[in-house]
Amino acid sequence: MAGHSHFSPANVEEHFEFTSDTRKKLMVAMVVGAVLLGIGVLFPGGGEHEAAHAVAGHAAEHGAELTGGAVSHHETSWNPLNRLWVNLWLNGVYFSGIAVIGMFFVALQYLTKSGWSSVVKRVPEAFPRFLFFTAPLMILLFIFKGDVIFHWMHHGIMDPANEHYDKIIAGKKGYLNFNFFLIRMVLIFGAWITLWTVMRKKSIEEDLIGGNENFFKMVRIGTGFIVAMGISASLSAWDWVMSIDTHWFSTMFGWYMFASWHVSGIATIILTIVLLKEQGYMKYVNENHLHDLGKLMFAFSIFWTYVWFAQFLLIYYANMAEETIYFLERWEGHGGIYKASEILNIFLNFFFPFLIMMTRDAKRTTIFLKICCAFVLVGHYFDFYQMIMPGTVGPHGGFGFIEFGTLILFASGFIYAVATELTKASLVAKNHPFLEEALHHDI
Amino acid sequence: MSHVVSPIREVLVTGGKSYHDVTQDICKQVEGEPTKEWKIAFAVSCVVFAYGAYCLGYTWWQGIGVWGLNKTVGWAWDITNFVWWVGIGHAGTLISAVLLLFRQKWRTSINRAAEAMTIFAVLCAASFILAHMGRPWLAHWALPLPNAFGSLWVNFNSPLVWDVFAISTYLSVSLVFWYLGLVPDLATIRDRATTKASKFWYGLFSMGWNGSAKTWARYEYVSLILAGISTPLVLSVHTIVSMDFATSVIPGWHTTIFPPYFVAGAIFSGFAMVQTLLLVTRVVFNLEDYITIEHIEMMNIVVTVTGSIVGIAYLTEFFIAWYSGVEYESYCFVNRATGPYWWAYWMMMSCNVISPQVFWSKKMRTSILASFILSIVVNVGMWFERFVIIVSSLHRDYIPSSWAMFSPTMYDIGDYIFSFGLFFTLFFLFAKFLPVINMAEVKSVMKGVSSNYPHKKKAGGDKEGVSAH
Repeated sequence: MAGHSHFSPANVEEHFEFTSDTRKKLMVAMVVGAVLLGIGVLFPGGGEHEAAHAVAGHAAEHGAELTGGAVSHHETSWNPLNRLWVNLWLNGVYFSGIAVIGMFFVALQYLTKSGWSSVVKRVPEAFPRFLFFTAPLMILLFIFKGDVIFHWMHHGIMDPANEHYDKIIAGKKGYLNFNFFLIRMVLIFGAWITLWTVMRKKSIEEDLIGGNENFFKMVRIGTGFIVAMGISASLSAWDWVMSIDTHWFSTMFGWYMFASWHVSGIATIILTIVLLKEQGYMKYVNENHLHDLGKLMFAFSIFWTYVWFAQFLLIYYANMAEETIYFLERWEGHGGIYKASEILNIFLNFFFPFLIMMTRDAKRTTIFLKICCAFVLVGHYFDFYQMIMPGTVGPHGGFGFIEFGTLILFASGFIYAVATELTKASLVAKNHPFLEEALHHDI
Repeated sequence: MSHVVSPIREVLVTGGKSYHDVTQDICKQVEGEPTKEWKIAFAVSCVVFAYGAYCLGYTWWQGIGVWGLNKTVGWAWDITNFVWWVGIGHAGTLISAVLLLFRQKWRTSINRAAEAMTIFAVLCAASFILAHMGRPWLAHWALPLPNAFGSLWVNFNSPLVWDVFAISTYLSVSLVFWYLGLVPDLATIRDRATTKASKFWYGLFSMGWNGSAKTWARYEYVSLILAGISTPLVLSVHTIVSMDFATSVIPGWHTTIFPPYFVAGAIFSGFAMVQTLLLVTRVVFNLEDYITIEHIEMMNIVVTVTGSIVGIAYLTEFFIAWYSGVEYESYCFVNRATGPYWWAYWMMMSCNVISPQVFWSKKMRTSILASFILSIVVNVGMWFERFVIIVSSLHRDYIPSSWAMFSPTMYDIGDYIFSFGLFFTLFFLFAKFLPVINMAEVKSVMKGVSSNYPHKKKAGGDKEGVSAH
């Protein structure tokens, strides 16, 4: 590109400025989120929640056969605050995923020695900062409110003398017990945060001292992270989400949830870059880089669909009661309140990205990218919503003030954390050995 | 694509080759007389092929009762060999399509041979489907063809029918992709031809290629479109093969991770097979400057990554079998590891998951000997993987009185040998009569990745080597 011929990495250190105006807006958004959430908690009769109650009677008998003991347990001890804890968990899982995919993306670029992406890598590199918020939040939620989220933590469920005893759940005690779960959780977050911190340090060091040494160190750290992610992606999916529906199991689940995280992370990277560009930053990121990012969003939306569909098809085809219950519960259980999120899931996460991102021009045009990112991010929120809600709040669920408020709170918190992190280093890694390749990227 | 290349990129064409050297080096074995080594190797594969053809002929004549199958283990080597070959047949299109989309320049030296290998491997796989049928002359019944037999129609609910569609589509697209890539090179050979016969034949198959800018532009469009089509296609093939098993309710077969796990395993074994063939080819045809240690290392990395993905899948299956609390599943997996077929299971584990981990060492993954041994070990392991899945799941029926073991007859073995004979006969013919490296595409990336490039020369590249030519 002619426009780039005078661009010398040495003289572009570009710093993002987190203006007090933006800060204020985000604060307001957080307050609005908190207020909505508060309204939702204080007036549990509002919005869709009422509808949920209207069908609760029907769902109780219907649900009892679908989810076994879980619903009857909820019926006797339902506390409206539970929905708050579950929502915090849902957003914790979703946003932890987006945050860690930032690191995954960067690690993968180093491992594969990708040149084109070196120009955008500072954006995903900032994401994992949000883990410093979600990790303690989720650990505390698990310690104090785990029994609200996880069926297997219900009192007496593994005790043969207790009336709530469940033989199948008790059989999983070796894996699903408080201590082991907590250890895994701490190790997973610990590995992610530690590796990211080291990577980030090397990355900033490279800006200061130059040379290729840090690049090769980052290749090694990135490789270590990919290995860690290979294991922790499945573990976190089994622990944090699959074990909610404690009876149910699917070997695909780890990769399915990872696919959902991955494409949400890519959408967030694209959206952040486009928004930064609109504010006048990152002029050196042109339509060629966006095109490549758009291809990734297109391809990994299809990949998510592939994994989702393969899991669904095999369960549907074999038609074994202990497996089909999962989809049956979501499709017609709890008075049908989760049916809409199932439908949204496929439309927002497959048909829309597939059709919107199909052409070359769409991938190179920011408005199409923004629309597609919005669909993907909302769609995958609902993907996690339908994974987590039916097994936790069951017939008491819905999309109301609590859900909307928590989502706004987390989204603005995420933007705040990432924006703060972006100010700490130049937006372009000026000594990246592949930067020159990326600046001349032309496809 | 940009022509700015970072100085830390590895060199992909060594020896300071010029464009003319590329043509010369790669056309050499096509234009010259067959070497003695080639003649011997080809003769051996023909003998193997003939013996295998006898066994296969006998199988067809007598029926598949000549195999060692019994009432309990009704599917064994036949389907194992089929899945094994189809899996191997994944690498070629992956290299040419997926790596093209990812702009991996190192693919240009290996894509031609890998694609050829793919096509031959898929043909070998197809031979087992035909062998299965017992009456191969009725093979067209697997297609939904209008007929006068009343209720004779394929069962669209059966993954076996999806298999027929997936694999035949895959074979067609791979063949077109491979042939398309060959056309410019065939034209090069046509233009250099000294005999009438080769001028005629290479001229016929290069279909009037004239090398104009317009022709090249079309070539690139079509490559990209085919890459876009083949990428989902290559994933669909082993996905559907996995569904042959996973849609059923046999313990050890019905597990949702099968589709992506089979695909990873297929890429794993396919790359191993490409590695085996190219390590031999580069030496026999003196192509060390084109298929360099860098290429070998890249393939070893792919093998390690996919082997580890497969390893995670093995552990996931094992874990979920316990976690689910389903006693049939738990039994099946414990029985795989400790039952009468324990040796097959541990063969699979050690070859597929443990052995590729040696490539974490740079010294090992750049060692030609280690790469060669490992590439064969991997494919031994992948054969055992299918054997474990198929036979160990079947041999313990639901009723203990039906428990049985499987032992192969000489026709099980002979039909497998047939596929090797077919594969190597075709591969040797390919290696003699067609250029094993895509000359045109190697030339297209030379500017950035050859040691004969000003950028590299400054950094101490072998300028002497260049001026000597």
